[in-house]
Amino acid sequence: MLKQIEGSRAVAEAVALCRPEVICAYPISPQTHIVEGLGEMVKSGELQGCEFINVESEFAAMSVAIGSSAAGARSYTATASQGLLFMAEAVFNAAGLGLPIVMTVANRAIGAPINIWNDHSDSLSMRDCGWLQLFAETNQEALDLHIQAFRLAEELSLPVMVCMDGFILTHAVERVDMPTQAQVDTYLPPYEPRQVLDPNEPVSIGAMVGPEAFMEVRYLAHAKQLQALERIPQLAAEFGQQFGRDSGGLIRTYRCDDAETVVIAMGSVLGTIKDTVDALRQPENGGLKIGVLGIVSFRPFPHEAIAAALKRCKRFVVLEKSLAVGSGGIVATDVRMAVTGMGLQGHTVIAGLGGRAITVKSLAALFEKACAGQLELTTFLDLDWKAVNKQLEREKAVRRSGPIAENLLRDAGVVAARNY
Amino acid sequence: MSYQPIKFYQTGTFTVGNRLLAPEERSVQASAKRFNSINSGHRACQGCGEALGARYAIDAAMEATHGQLVCANATGCLEVFSTPYPETSWQVPWIHSLFGNTAAVATGIAAALKVKQKKAPHGQEIRVVAQGGDGGTTDIGFGCLSGMFERNDDVLYICYDNGGYMNTGIQRSSATPPAARTATTPAVGVEPGNVFGQGKFVPAIAMAHEIPYVATATVADLRDLEAKVRRAMEIRGARYLHILVPCPLGWGTASHDTIRMARLAKETGLFPVFSAEHGEQKSALAIRRQLPVEEYLKPQKRYAHLFAPTPRVEVLAQLQALADRNIKRYGLLDGGKQ
Repeated sequence: MLKQIEGSRAVAEAVALCRPEVICAYPISPQTHIVEGLGEMVKSGELQGCEFINVESEFAAMSVAIGSSAAGARSYTATASQGLLFMAEAVFNAAGLGLPIVMTVANRAIGAPINIWNDHSDSLSMRDCGWLQLFAETNQEALDLHIQAFRLAEELSLPVMVCMDGFILTHAVERVDMPTQAQVDTYLPPYEPRQVLDPNEPVSIGAMVGPEAFMEVRYLAHAKQLQALERIPQLAAEFGQQFGRDSGGLIRTYRCDDAETVVIAMGSVLGTIKDTVDALRQPENGGLKIGVLGIVSFRPFPHEAIAAALKRCKRFVVLEKSLAVGSGGIVATDVRMAVTGMGLQGHTVIAGLGGRAITVKSLAALFEKACAGQLELTTFLDLDWKAVNKQLEREKAVRRSGPIAENLLRDAGVVAARNY
Repeated sequence: MSYQPIKFYQTGTFTVGNRLLAPEERSVQASAKRFNSINSGHRACQGCGEALGARYAIDAAMEATHGQLVCANATGCLEVFSTPYPETSWQVPWIHSLFGNTAAVATGIAAALKVKQKKAPHGQEIRVVAQGGDGGTTDIGFGCLSGMFERNDDVLYICYDNGGYMNTGIQRSSATPPAARTATTPAVGVEPGNVFGQGKFVPAIAMAHEIPYVATATVADLRDLEAKVRRAMEIRGARYLHILVPCPLGWGTASHDTIRMARLAKETGLFPVFSAEHGEQKSALAIRRQLPVEEYLKPQKRYAHLFAPTPRVEVLAQLQALADRNIKRYGLLDGGKQ
């Protein structure tokens, strides 16, 4: 059924269709509308057979989900940013215990300085926690990925994060095609746990493991992610057959067949990139041979699929909303590993941190430069060098040069200025 | 070889075990048919109060729920000594997640079981117990514990209080008593040991949440402990049981003195044994023969600096004042009837 609704509402309705049995809720922007929607559905009786628990922190949210999942209930929560960091210990634990929890991450920057807007720093900081991470490009895909996520999680007994750009997707009102309960029930069988806390068959879960077996336990976690590399495309294909649209998978390519330059990105920015690429391919704009590769599955990372997609190109540009401080790009590092030995020129572009708008104008200039072979190895898109240099000079001149964030805001004239 | 003569004139009292008691008065633990929820062969120290407390409490909970019980366990001694891979001592479904989240994990289990029970109401109802040491309860797990309390989730949380982080090598927790020596409150300087005026007594904080049931117990009073577990399992909602479990290693006591130390803690008034419902005290286990705090402190190496080289009379007086305050506050001389 076609609906014109907010992304958060679409996700809430999709999660409800997945018949969750325990939902833990703790508010944090920009995720809050999702759990609000679910809470309303549980309280009104629209969503039956589900416990909705208002917990006291994100750490508790994930911990409650750990308990409920281990006791055999389909469990869901949602978070973002600081919330994800606050639950970090439990996030790793859920993966280590092999509990198929599904969590929405409404991607948002991490402070300090505190910032509520979108980038990918939060879920990427949990890169190695053992969860699968799927990135949605549109609200339709966010909705669809949740349905696939429960199936994938429960088949593999691994938790899955569905990542959607905070505000850009969560708060955007868009047209979505909402599946019926019958459709979802056909695709997603009831949860059959691999291990469960049951007095009739008592097991101990969460034993201490020493050096004699820890390596093997960790390898098996890795092996499961490799299994996911096979299952994700299969489940996406099955989804496509049943629901009649393409959603999910490992990667998606756009106009890559003859592309010499391929732009790689994750999430909603792919839409802007595709528009830019369409424009640059017009003869009047130079007819550049440029394509796009969207990564849906960040974990497991689809090395082979990416290498195959980049086989015919000369160079790639990874445009990412994250920064490995002191190193460069997080996604770019993985992409470079995927194309080892292929002799490609690779570029990293850090863009859109903390909600900085990524415009077609900036992208077009960037891609033209890349296609001309003139792009630097690492670029910070639309960085205000004047502001950066001013602060650097200030720090050089005065030991007590003041808090950086406030200094930059004052320079930019955003806050009431007081002259020093 | 030492032995304890059995005095048969004690027939009808609890000191001779179950044999000479009426069936309804027999304890779970003294029964040959006890559950052994935590089996022998685990790796606790000799004389471990926590192992004893956990066996008493979980066996009693198993009895009360007819074996339909799930346990969540915080990181700590109890977890480490009971489940070193590939062994486990637990005969009950048991999960260990983290140090600071046990109350929340138990909330999740209870929620899942509630949903399952509603979907298949014919089955026997399954209940949930969460357990942890004082570090996992009063410090790092306190946020989750308070959250579980205020939501009144259907969980019995049991804290085994031995007054410090014993698993990591005897460091101070917020349950470490004043003046006690730990690795992070060493017996040096002008005020050796743990400082006065810090720490918290979580049973009182639990009462402030007005949850249906709060009780304290020690491993010295088996029947009192079992009765409190039984009462707790009769009630729905958040329940809290705080059990004093002496730690021979951390306290510097002989392993055969664990029960004696627990009894002395109660008889001096330093550890009040009582119960409360919905924020109101309901009972107190009366001190049978009040003893000065020195009787309790002296056998423990963690208080050795209070007695030698020179007795610290003023510190002992401060500790006696704490005991006296407990006795007054909880009515420990007349069983809470005040």
